[in-house]
Amino acid sequence: MTIPNISFGPFDLVAVAPYVALGLMLATVLLAVPVLTWFERVTLGLIHDRLGPNRVGPRGLLQPIADGIKLFFKEDILPSNVDRRIFYLAPAISMMPPLVAAALIPLGDFRVDMGGGQTRPLTLVAADINVGILWVLGLASLQVYGLILGGWSSNNKYSLLGALRSSAQAISYELALSLGVLMAVLMSHSMSLVQIVQSQTGGIMHWNILGLFPFGLVAAGVYAIAAVAETNRAPFDLPEAESELVAGYQTEYSSMKFAIFFMSEYAAVVIGSCVAVVLWLGGWDPIHPVLGFIPGPLWFAGKVLLLIFAFVWVRSTLPRFRYDQLMRFGWMRLLPVALVALMLAAAMSAYRTDPSAGSRIPPKPEKPKPLMGGTQSL
Amino acid sequence: MRPGVLIFWLLAVPMVACALLVITSRNPLRSALFLVAHMLLLAGMFLSLSAQYVAAVQVVVYAGAIMVLFVFVIMLLNLGGAQKMDAAGLGWALGIAMSLGLAALFVGTGVWKSGLHAGKATAKTLAQGGTAQAVGFALFDPELPWLFPFEVASIVLLMAAVGAIVLAKRKL
Amino acid sequence: MIGLPYYLVVGSILFGIGAFGTVTRRNAIAVLLSVELMLNAANLNFLAFWRFLTPAAMEPHLFVLIGLTVAAAEAAIGLAIVLNVYREYGTVNLDQIAELRG
Repeated sequence: MTIPNISFGPFDLVAVAPYVALGLMLATVLLAVPVLTWFERVTLGLIHDRLGPNRVGPRGLLQPIADGIKLFFKEDILPSNVDRRIFYLAPAISMMPPLVAAALIPLGDFRVDMGGGQTRPLTLVAADINVGILWVLGLASLQVYGLILGGWSSNNKYSLLGALRSSAQAISYELALSLGVLMAVLMSHSMSLVQIVQSQTGGIMHWNILGLFPFGLVAAGVYAIAAVAETNRAPFDLPEAESELVAGYQTEYSSMKFAIFFMSEYAAVVIGSCVAVVLWLGGWDPIHPVLGFIPGPLWFAGKVLLLIFAFVWVRSTLPRFRYDQLMRFGWMRLLPVALVALMLAAAMSAYRTDPSAGSRIPPKPEKPKPLMGGTQSL
Repeated sequence: MRPGVLIFWLLAVPMVACALLVITSRNPLRSALFLVAHMLLLAGMFLSLSAQYVAAVQVVVYAGAIMVLFVFVIMLLNLGGAQKMDAAGLGWALGIAMSLGLAALFVGTGVWKSGLHAGKATAKTLAQGGTAQAVGFALFDPELPWLFPFEVASIVLLMAAVGAIVLAKRKL
Repeated sequence: MIGLPYYLVVGSILFGIGAFGTVTRRNAIAVLLSVELMLNAANLNFLAFWRFLTPAAMEPHLFVLIGLTVAAAEAAIGLAIVLNVYREYGTVNLDQIAELRG
């Protein structure tokens, strides 16, 4: 899609695009919380065949604002004998990774009309780094610290048990998550999120979810299950299972500190869905090139909304796992399936790639000079 | 001050401070958390050395996996409280002497051998620098001898996993 | 311009701090953490030498990656041993675990 190069004072569109992308993503992640709580409750009501929120505002739309005001004015309780610094730090740590990961999500691809009949490509992304997906994985693994520290510093047995569960769960499902992501890297031959999306251009048949059929589907499924487990959402919400652990790691938290834990969960859901769209569903690519007149970011937003709906749907449909079931499923079902699928997919990819034909594998760089036996000296 | 210089000091000073706090905190959990902060800053320094892949791996493996394991064990043993567990007197003096000696030796050797303003990498060689692609091509090139150590590393990991299970499980 | 010696000095300081912690701390977990500090210092030196002296060779990265692998293995085994020691003695203080001293 070609757009004119609008200028804003001394800057033009090309210069401000990264900041626009960052602002859009941060606004999405932060605003997602009120909107998603409403969306989740309405959808749950629909699925449970009941009304859902309908008291505050039209269709209960102002309910999140009422909740927010309530949380703001609640008393902020500090339990006795807590490790105060870590207690305060924990919600902040859990909020940090989704906000940082927001900078890596690419939102759309445009061609900018530079005038004089010349165009240049422009990707709407804050930071395109060549190991982007690894950073996303690293950030996902950092998020567990917020839960662990919150649970540990609360000095409460339910909190501690919730924290222990969450860390064990996060470590277990991270492996499956990484293997799922690796399969997308295998199909797209890149770790940069922008290049992963660009390699899927051309409609639904080119998306990674249908790539290396059927392994793309398997990998996307593994990723989806592991992502639900990583965000601690039902049916994997054992760290906060209310029937066993009161509220798990957030039992002792009140007021805005509780709200920040709540926000970080929704922010992680949004980022998890965005990454899933980038990896499997072609990012901003329209479902068929014919529909290319709809702007890419709209496609992206639509796919993300679809996945968020799936998150809510799963929550309302499936009962919670028991802890031993969770561990057995993670280690003895999900991980072997992911490993076998990765090996078969790698073999299939190697078989299909014809080095002489126009393959998508980037050319080999200049041969590195070996250190051993060379004449390099200090 | 040029941005590169500023970034170096912004990373190096907190990094050393975190390292000091790791070994001076009485509370093992605090130590572990300062080590996490140290690892993240170190990943930043790897980035400033343009080793992108290793920086990302540092975050994923060290900060995301190894340190979670440490924190997990500290919580499991409930070692959270402050504990007075330090060598005193002679051990302390020996420790200071040894670490200062080692640091002085390394600094001396490095600066003496390399000169104060040695080797500036050119932009051209660094452009392909430490990307995942370059590391992968070096690691899996059949003409280079690194494929075998890579396989040995995976065996080491397998042995560690089996060993840890055997050690930690009360009954198999 | 920040050159190689700056990184070497930082690496040496980190290694010294780690060595000091390994020698003086008596908490087994703190000792393991100090060992990780020393491994990190070594990684920093590898990459600093690569960046300033041999930017065309990729070996330093491979050393760092394999070092990371070994560190992960070491942490897993070390923590399993600490767990066993704690079950056996009820403490992780290295000075109190001295049955062979007689």
